[in-house]
Amino acid sequence: MKLPQRLLVHALLLLAGVAYLGPFVWMVSTSLKKETQAVQMPPQWIPHPVQWNNYVKAFTGNSGQSQQLVAADGAHRTAKIAVNPPALDMSLYARNTLIIALLATLGTVLSSSLVAYSLAKMEWRGRNVVFGIALASMMVPFPVLMVPLYRIFREVGWIGTNLPLWVPAFFGAPFFIFLLRQFYLTIPKELSEAAIMDGCTHFGIWWRIMLPLTRPALAVVGLFSFMGSWNNFLGPLVYLTHQSTFTLPLALQFYQSRSGGTTYNLLMAASVIVIMPILILFFLAQKTFVRGIATTGLK
Amino acid sequence: MKRNKAKITWQAQCMGVLLAGPYLVGVAAFLVLPLGMSLYYSFCHYNMLQPPLWVGWMNYRHLLHDHVFWRSLENTLIYAAISLPFTLSLSVLLAVLLNQPLKSQALYRTIIFLPCLVPMVASALIWQWLFNSDVGLIDYLLRGPLHLAGGALAWLTQLFGAAPSTVATLRNLQPPVWLGDPHWAMAAIILMSFWGVGQTVVIFLAGLQDIPKDLYEAAQMDGIGAIGRFVHVTLPLLSPVIFFNLIMGIIGTWQIFDVPYVMTGGGPGHSTTFYTMYLFDNAFNYLRMGPASAMAWIQLLIILFFTAIAFLTAKKWVHYA
Repeated sequence: MKLPQRLLVHALLLLAGVAYLGPFVWMVSTSLKKETQAVQMPPQWIPHPVQWNNYVKAFTGNSGQSQQLVAADGAHRTAKIAVNPPALDMSLYARNTLIIALLATLGTVLSSSLVAYSLAKMEWRGRNVVFGIALASMMVPFPVLMVPLYRIFREVGWIGTNLPLWVPAFFGAPFFIFLLRQFYLTIPKELSEAAIMDGCTHFGIWWRIMLPLTRPALAVVGLFSFMGSWNNFLGPLVYLTHQSTFTLPLALQFYQSRSGGTTYNLLMAASVIVIMPILILFFLAQKTFVRGIATTGLK
Repeated sequence: MKRNKAKITWQAQCMGVLLAGPYLVGVAAFLVLPLGMSLYYSFCHYNMLQPPLWVGWMNYRHLLHDHVFWRSLENTLIYAAISLPFTLSLSVLLAVLLNQPLKSQALYRTIIFLPCLVPMVASALIWQWLFNSDVGLIDYLLRGPLHLAGGALAWLTQLFGAAPSTVATLRNLQPPVWLGDPHWAMAAIILMSFWGVGQTVVIFLAGLQDIPKDLYEAAQMDGIGAIGRFVHVTLPLLSPVIFFNLIMGIIGTWQIFDVPYVMTGGGPGHSTTFYTMYLFDNAFNYLRMGPASAMAWIQLLIILFFTAIAFLTAKKWVHYA
C-alpha cells in the first residue's frame, strides 16, 4: 500500500474503533460515577471520585437511601430507591442465569452431537427426511411458537420455573445438529467400521471416538449455546413469573422499567456485570468464536 | 445369509432411530405439536382461561382492520428497508478495512466484533442512556456542530430574505429528542443497529479471504486502481455472501423484539412497535391468543417466502465455492 492509502485506512479504522468502543467506555465511565456526576453537563469522562460502591450496590441489591432522580422532563424530585424500584440483587440473577445456561449448553452439546452422529454415520431409513425437517425447522423462530409452547408448559406446570428454558435443549437444536453433522461427515468411515469390528456399539463410537475427535466443533456449539442462553430475553420474559427466578437480562429490564430509567450509574454497573462473563469467555476462546461465525455464515 | 443381512438392517434401523430419538421427540413436542396448535388457535377465540372457541377467519379479518397490526408491519418493513442497506454497506466497508495487512488488524477486528457479544437488553440500555435527550452523550456531541450549522444556515437564509421565524428556528437548532419523538425514535433504533454489525463483518471477512489473490494482482497489472479493484473484483466475488447476509437480515428483522421493548416499549405512539412486539402484546398483555397465533402464522409465511427466494436463486449466486 502507498502511504496516502495507508493513512486513509488507518484514519477510517481509528474512527470506527472510537465509534464502536465509545459506548463501552461511556458505560464503564457512567457506572463509576455518583448519580449527580452521571447527569452532569458537559459530561465528564473520568469519574471523580470513583464510585466502586455502585458495583457493590448492584451486586448485593443494597441500593441505599433516598436519592435524587431526574425525570425525563429534567425536573428534579426525590424518591426512595429502596422501596420501589425493587432491590437489584445481581448475584442471585447471575446464579439463576448460570444454572440455566450451563444446563442448556450441556443439553445442546450432548443431544445435538448424538443426533448428528446418527444422521451422519448410521444407515437407517428416513434419516434424510429427518435431516430435511431439521433444516426446515431452522426457519421457524421462537416468536411463532411462543403461544402454544406457553400452553404446553402451563399444562405440565412448568410456567414460573426455569424448566422451559433448558429442558428443550436436551432434545437437539436443529442448527447445531446441522453443523455437527457436516463435521462428522468429514471423519473417515473406516474409523467407525474398525470400531464396530472390535465390538464397539454405535453409542460407544459416539462417546469414545466422535466426541473426543470433534472437540473443536463441540466448543463452537457449546460457546454459542451458552451465549444464546445467557443473552436470551424473550424466553425468560414469557416463562418466568417470580422475581426471585429472573435471569440477568430480565432483571436488568425489570429494574430499568421500575426505576423509570433514571439511576443510570447503577444500571450501567449492572450492565457491566451482565456483559463481563461473556467478554471473558470471548477472550478465552476468541479463535473458536470467530471460526464458528465464519462457518455458520458460509456453510 | 439374506435373512441375516435383513436382521442387521433391522437392528441398524432401530439403533439409528434410537440415537436420533431425542430430536424426533423434540421435533414432535416442540415444533410439530405447537405449529398445529398455533394454526388451530389462529381460527379460535382463545384467552388461555377458557377453552378455545372456533371462529373461522375472524382473527385474520380483524387483523386486516387493526391499524396497530398494519403499523407494526410498516415499522418492521421501514426498519428493514433503511437499516439493511446501510448495515450491509457498512459491513462490507469495515470488512475490507479489516482485511488490510496492518499490525493493529487483530485489535480492530476485536473492537468491531465486541458489541455482538453484548446481550440485547444491555445494548438497549447503553443506547437509551446515550440517546438521553437531556444529559445524553449524543445530545452533547451534536449540540456544538448543530449550533454552528444552524448559525451558518440562519445567516444564509437571512441573506436571501427568509421569514424571521425560519431564521430564528435555524439559529436555535436543537438535537432531536430521539426516543421521545415519534419521528426520531425509529431513527435512533436504526442508528443503534450499526453498532451490532460485527457478526456480519466476520462473515464478510471470511468471504473476502476466499477471493483468490492472483485476481487482484492481475487487475493491478492491468493498471486498475484500488476503487476499480473493489468494484470489479471484490464486489462481484463477494455478491453471494452479500445476498446471504441480506436474506438473513430480512429474516432477522421479523424477530426484532428486545431492543424496542427495552428502549421505547414500542412508543411513542406505536412509532417503534415491531411485528414480534405486537404479537407478544396480543398474547401476553391482552390475552388475545387467536390474533397472536394468526400473526405467528403470517410471520411464518413471510419468513418462508424470503427463504424460498434464497433457495430458488441460490444457483445463480453460489456459482463458485
